[in-house]
Amino acid sequence: MGILEVKDVNKRFGGLQALGDVNLSVEDQSVHAIIGPNGAGKSTLLNVLVGKLIPDTGSVMFDGQSVLGRKPYEINQMGISRVFQTPEIFGDLTVMENMMIPIFAKRDGAFRMHAIESMAKEKAIIEQATEMLENLNLADDRDMHAAAMSRGNKRRLEIGMCLAQEPRLLLLDEPTAGMARADTNATIDLLKQIKDERDITIAIIEHDMHVVFSLAERITVLAQGTPLVEDTPDNIKGHPKVREAYLGESA
Amino acid sequence: MLGLNKKDFRLLMIVLGLTMLAPFILNPFPSSSGLAQFNAGYPDLMQRFVIFGIFAIGFNILFGLTGYLSFGHAAFLGVGSYGAMWMMKLFSLNVIPAIIMGVIVAGIFAVAVGYVSLRRSGIYFSILTLAFAQMSYALAYSVLTPITGGETGLQIKSTDSPLLSNLAEGEIGRANLFGMDMRASYEMAVGDWLFTFNAGYYIAAVFMLISFYLAIRIFRSPFGTMLRAVKSNQTRMYYTGLNARPYTLAAFVISGMYAGLAGGLLVAMDTQVGPERMFWTASGEVVLMTILGGAGTLIGPVLGAGAIKYMENILSKINKDILHQWFAFLPDGLEDFIITLVYPFIGKGWHLTLGLIFMAVVIFLPGGLVEGGQRIKRLFSRKKKPGDDEADKASQSTPAE
Repeated sequence: MGILEVKDVNKRFGGLQALGDVNLSVEDQSVHAIIGPNGAGKSTLLNVLVGKLIPDTGSVMFDGQSVLGRKPYEINQMGISRVFQTPEIFGDLTVMENMMIPIFAKRDGAFRMHAIESMAKEKAIIEQATEMLENLNLADDRDMHAAAMSRGNKRRLEIGMCLAQEPRLLLLDEPTAGMARADTNATIDLLKQIKDERDITIAIIEHDMHVVFSLAERITVLAQGTPLVEDTPDNIKGHPKVREAYLGESA
Repeated sequence: MLGLNKKDFRLLMIVLGLTMLAPFILNPFPSSSGLAQFNAGYPDLMQRFVIFGIFAIGFNILFGLTGYLSFGHAAFLGVGSYGAMWMMKLFSLNVIPAIIMGVIVAGIFAVAVGYVSLRRSGIYFSILTLAFAQMSYALAYSVLTPITGGETGLQIKSTDSPLLSNLAEGEIGRANLFGMDMRASYEMAVGDWLFTFNAGYYIAAVFMLISFYLAIRIFRSPFGTMLRAVKSNQTRMYYTGLNARPYTLAAFVISGMYAGLAGGLLVAMDTQVGPERMFWTASGEVVLMTILGGAGTLIGPVLGAGAIKYMENILSKINKDILHQWFAFLPDGLEDFIITLVYPFIGKGWHLTLGLIFMAVVIFLPGGLVEGGQRIKRLFSRKKKPGDDEADKASQSTPAE
């Protein structure tokens, strides 16, 4: 049994079968990549996992509990954090505040009316957030508005915010899309470091084969809404069906 | 101090000083001078400054922090007024229970309106709140006449006999605080100046200071940070395990209760209420106040409320005769020409002036009057040389955020 079990999931949008009989099992504490050409259903699958979409049929179990029908924030509180394709951070808030919010969410749950306490008095949370920012090399920017950061730093911050919640499963949606090579490599290094240091499972959707083959332990190839093959990176590289569907003859 | 950092505490002290000394500050011109027209230090207007200041502070907690633009906040002001009025008519002429009732009634109403309206955001939220406010206005005007007094509204009548008062037969009760009449004033004549210290004003001012203090605490709390997070990125919020709905609803209800407090205080000051208090223009006015002063800043809404109420009451009182007095020194033809030019901007035309100022602020100072103050401050601190005392003083007197 993996930490995440997707069974027979189907999702139609009108006449389009976005997901057809998707079965997927993500091992606990592994790095699992989901690849596939445009329109293969990768994003749809991800949206099902985080509660944004409800599938027509099938089941999604996380750590033995169904995630279907739960709201995104409830699924997050179960231990699934999501990193978006374009970094979703609190642009109007400072970097420090960005880092503190997920720690509050972890401590206080989905809602708490702490209206009279002072932010400055939350010593434990400030300490934890400072430590996180130092680990991410963002400590110098702590009082900067998050929107003013570089793309690469926004990505680091977003990943850091997700990690601050100490999730069991980290979902990444094309984390290096549109990034310069240097930022891409920095992100790969950061993810490797996370994998080594934490008891965490990482599921990653990615176009960039360089990223996929540097990180993944297992790869699932989606095509037209259905998993084509699931195997180790080495076997995927040489798989004829994958070459045909995705990598192209030249790969 | 008081759980505030140095900067916030200093701001609170400045506001405390300004409100306590308002009868002096707002009466700078001797009564015989031509500029006495611009004095604003009379009780009725000073009360309005602080009461609408409370209204705007509360509105800013919703709009400034969460970005949800309510276009129906006057409904809470009105409902609070009616609640307070009935408390005075039936229970006690003391203003404290009336004000508490105003806050409670407005809070309950805000829970209902917020629960429905907050299902949508952006323009749809604004329209929903506007619809609720206009419904309230229309109901108060017509169907609910037995409760609201319809078009004539509610006043304290000689037939009213509140539970906790021993009025003589036919005596018209007066709002009081443990026996102190709201209209009681102490007048101090100094030379050509007449300063009025009004009981009602000081009671309202104390409520304003408490409201302002609580607003600072909310702004600086984790809750306040969450509200700003709602404005900044709701997607990230939901994917960080936070439910934005209860946060926005809490902000909505808090700001509704501030409006109820303002409504209750209005009744405490002049013991009357009518449905026009809930009309949509009244809701629009608090939006203008907050944006004019600086949405999302602490002091901005108070400044905006002051500026608009000042213009409404002072500019609108200037008439043609006064203009003739002012421009009497000019040759006749020129005098008439200038007066023709200026006339549309004063008296009943004060809205035109307000509109132009509002447009200028939105275009050139998106952060409102507070941003203007900060720019002036920066201008002075850049020019400042070591030991230049005058520039130092000038920068200190500009409003700090």
